Amino acid sequence: MQLAKWISRPKFGVENLNPLSVVQMFLVVFWSMAAVADSAAPSMSPTNIFAPASTPAESIFGLSLFVLAVTGAIFVVVFILLAYAVVKFRKSAGDDGREPPQVYGSNQVELAWTVIPVLIVVALFMATARVIATVQKVSVPNKAIAVTAIGHQFWWEYRYPGLGVVTANELHVPVSDPGHPTPTFIKLLSADTDHSFWVPRLAGKTDLIPNHPNSMWIDPQETGVYLGQCAQYCGTQHAKMLLRIYVQSRDDFDRWIQAQRQPVSVSAAASQGQRIFETTACINCHTVAGTPANGRFGPDLTHLMSRDTIAAGAASNTAENLRLWILNPNAIKPGSLMPAMELNDQDLDALTAYLETLR
Amino acid sequence: MSTDAIAIPRTELAARPIVARLHEWVTTVDHKRLGILYIIYALVFLVIGGIEATVIRIQLIRPHNDFVSPQVFNRMFTMHGTTMIFFVVMPVLFGFANYLVPLMIGARDMAFPRLNAFSFWMTAFGGLLLYFSLVGANGLYGAGNAPDVGWFAYAPLTSRTFSVGHSTDFWTLALLVSGFGSIGTAINIIATILCMRCPGMTLAKMPLFAWLNLVMAGLVILAVSPLTAAQIMLLVDRYLGGHFFDTQAGGSAVMWMHFFWIFGHPEVYVLILPAFAFASEIIPVFSRKPIFGYSVMVGATVAIGFISMSVWAHHMFTVGMGANVNTFFVISTMAIAVPTGIKIFNWLATMWGGKIEFKTPMLFCIAFLFQFLAAGLTGVMLGVAPFNWQLGNSYFVIAHFHYVIVGGILFALFGAFYYWFPKMSGKMYSETLGKLHFWLFLIGFHLTFDFMHIPGLLGMPRRIYTYEPGRGWDTWNLIVTIGVFFQAAGILVFLGNLLWSNFRGEAAGSDPWDAWTLEWSTNSPPPEYNFYTIPAVESRRPLWDLKHPDDPDSKYE
Repeated sequence: MQLAKWISRPKFGVENLNPLSVVQMFLVVFWSMAAVADSAAPSMSPTNIFAPASTPAESIFGLSLFVLAVTGAIFVVVFILLAYAVVKFRKSAGDDGREPPQVYGSNQVELAWTVIPVLIVVALFMATARVIATVQKVSVPNKAIAVTAIGHQFWWEYRYPGLGVVTANELHVPVSDPGHPTPTFIKLLSADTDHSFWVPRLAGKTDLIPNHPNSMWIDPQETGVYLGQCAQYCGTQHAKMLLRIYVQSRDDFDRWIQAQRQPVSVSAAASQGQRIFETTACINCHTVAGTPANGRFGPDLTHLMSRDTIAAGAASNTAENLRLWILNPNAIKPGSLMPAMELNDQDLDALTAYLETLR
Repeated sequence: MSTDAIAIPRTELAARPIVARLHEWVTTVDHKRLGILYIIYALVFLVIGGIEATVIRIQLIRPHNDFVSPQVFNRMFTMHGTTMIFFVVMPVLFGFANYLVPLMIGARDMAFPRLNAFSFWMTAFGGLLLYFSLVGANGLYGAGNAPDVGWFAYAPLTSRTFSVGHSTDFWTLALLVSGFGSIGTAINIIATILCMRCPGMTLAKMPLFAWLNLVMAGLVILAVSPLTAAQIMLLVDRYLGGHFFDTQAGGSAVMWMHFFWIFGHPEVYVLILPAFAFASEIIPVFSRKPIFGYSVMVGATVAIGFISMSVWAHHMFTVGMGANVNTFFVISTMAIAVPTGIKIFNWLATMWGGKIEFKTPMLFCIAFLFQFLAAGLTGVMLGVAPFNWQLGNSYFVIAHFHYVIVGGILFALFGAFYYWFPKMSGKMYSETLGKLHFWLFLIGFHLTFDFMHIPGLLGMPRRIYTYEPGRGWDTWNLIVTIGVFFQAAGILVFLGNLLWSNFRGEAAGSDPWDAWTLEWSTNSPPPEYNFYTIPAVESRRPLWDLKHPDDPDSKYE
């Protein structure tokens, strides 16, 4: 009996497993992952991490497929072993009531399932280290566009230091032709709490932390609008701190820059609205370049009407929404830091009319 | 030889007035009563935290929902996380450790019974303090509000500039107070295991349960201390003009992250090691085989303990730590997968060649194995720093750690409830209700947390009170919310089963599972002094030796 205990080793199915079938399983998993990812184009979601359109996101995508294949294969193999054990070794209905052979362990088996995971870990680590270097250890090329993104509760400020442009919430960058790359390098700062810049199709996220400047880069290869949003909890309206990146052809981008540099031209018809703007609390927080308004706490409004959205993407930029936003910001974005301006209908209309001239 | 031979007949006591009985519970220093107090306290908070989760999920059932305001939503996720980690899972695990460690190592109580009571009441008052914020946080009674800084309370959102009123103070003080309780209990567990083992029980002959709790307690001391220090620093910042984390005066937000996660990641292992402990006791008994590779299991546990102290910054891959630091934390994080994998393989090998009996505790442990496997593998994905740049702070992370905490820890914990309920109450639970609970909770868990991975892959960040339509997240969020109601139903069946069985269940007897560790050698429930005579053991399975005198384990160890 004692001898039996020592000798009887569990019948390990691992030994009976054909190595070829393991490889097949691995391939099936890899192939189905790739199929999923392939079909998962942006049509599934405009923020799909498996629809990359810029080098950092693509490097991550490639690595993620490898990681998914390896972990998927491990999952399938161990799942089958567990399921097999649970089904095969269940107590049968006509059990004789005797205890099964008592097995205490086996050093060889322990060694096997220590060494194999170690090897897998080493492989995963090597692949990972390479992608970290690809994305993080890059030097800034001459042709790069430099942008400073500043996170505020609950909106984004964008400054183009070399180009003399300041805007908010909608970042414009040129498309980057792989032959002549014009990547955009973004310096990330925060004016208040922590935020995180995440546009899944262009790059992984990087946090904006006060007193801790960060940077990231993108080189989008197709024009279009790329969406994302703040990914680090930053306060009440963290949810409506949306990111919109407009990737434009080089010509369109240059034209946009040119337009943003123009000083504001106010028509006489809007002078009443301008007076209201400049004599109420508006100017404490907002800048309209070329006028006395030079507040920095809120978004720069010099070219407000060139934007598709207001309130960091929370509403589309229509006269109706603008009016509602000035009247009661909480109706669009409860907890936003813009106060309700308490204007009468007449003043509200005049002010809205003025803002609509800021093109 | 029957094990009932050493059990003591119970004497019937006359019913005493309820005030006298309550007084006994409040003033008790008995490890079993304190264990039960911990467990009941945690169950109450489990219901509260569950209601908070339900509010969160109803709000997210469709885009632009307005079930609650953003302010309320932010308080809900802060309270849900804080409650579940600090006032549900930790206390309930301490409860089981308190109850079972002395019984398993043949001791009459914990090493320091008064410290034990002190620690429990500190934890209990910590929880009350957290919830007192609802009435007291804004200075006026009834005008208060719960904390809304998130359960990891990143600076500088916690500074007085961004968090006015006292809600953050209640959060800080609650964790400070309960942290002292946790450290007290950890010291007690370590002292008990090292000093109070019965004759013959060398460290190598302890049940794995004791080993895992020993490492857990060591981790509590190492992990909770920095958290406690950070809370004190935060209070200094808020009230004494300190600038540790006050970025507007040159403080460092990143330093808070380091302090928090040097606590936060070992904390995960503080929570999972006791779950491993339950599985390591339950799986062998219901497979009718000893644990496979005992010494390797111990080694893997100690390895997890050490490695878990060097992985914390994998929570900070997006903070901008630089390529080299990121690379270091990738390898340390992946390294921990190896001892964890070894554990899964050893449980598998324990079942292999056994005679598995699908009683409720075993069902929960089997589900634990499958789910923990998946949770570990998504953990490896998150450990791949570049992949983490996409997945971090998304719903994928939420799905991952709920797979660990619910799919792993809570499932093992439910197994433990059913396994030791007969010992604690003396009554057998209803197997039918137990299985109903299992299936309801299994369905609910998978509906909620399997599908929760997908919106994360599609770019949905965590902690948003609402989301835009047209992102492809709607359907998944709907399914996730539906799952919550299955889980809630499962919890109600579970609580009903405990209550009904406690009052109406059949007598369980001292050893209903034909098990092998010392707690099954005494009465159910055990008398105040646990053992009539202090047992002496010769192997890891003393009751196996008793039941099989012809072929005892002690011959092979």
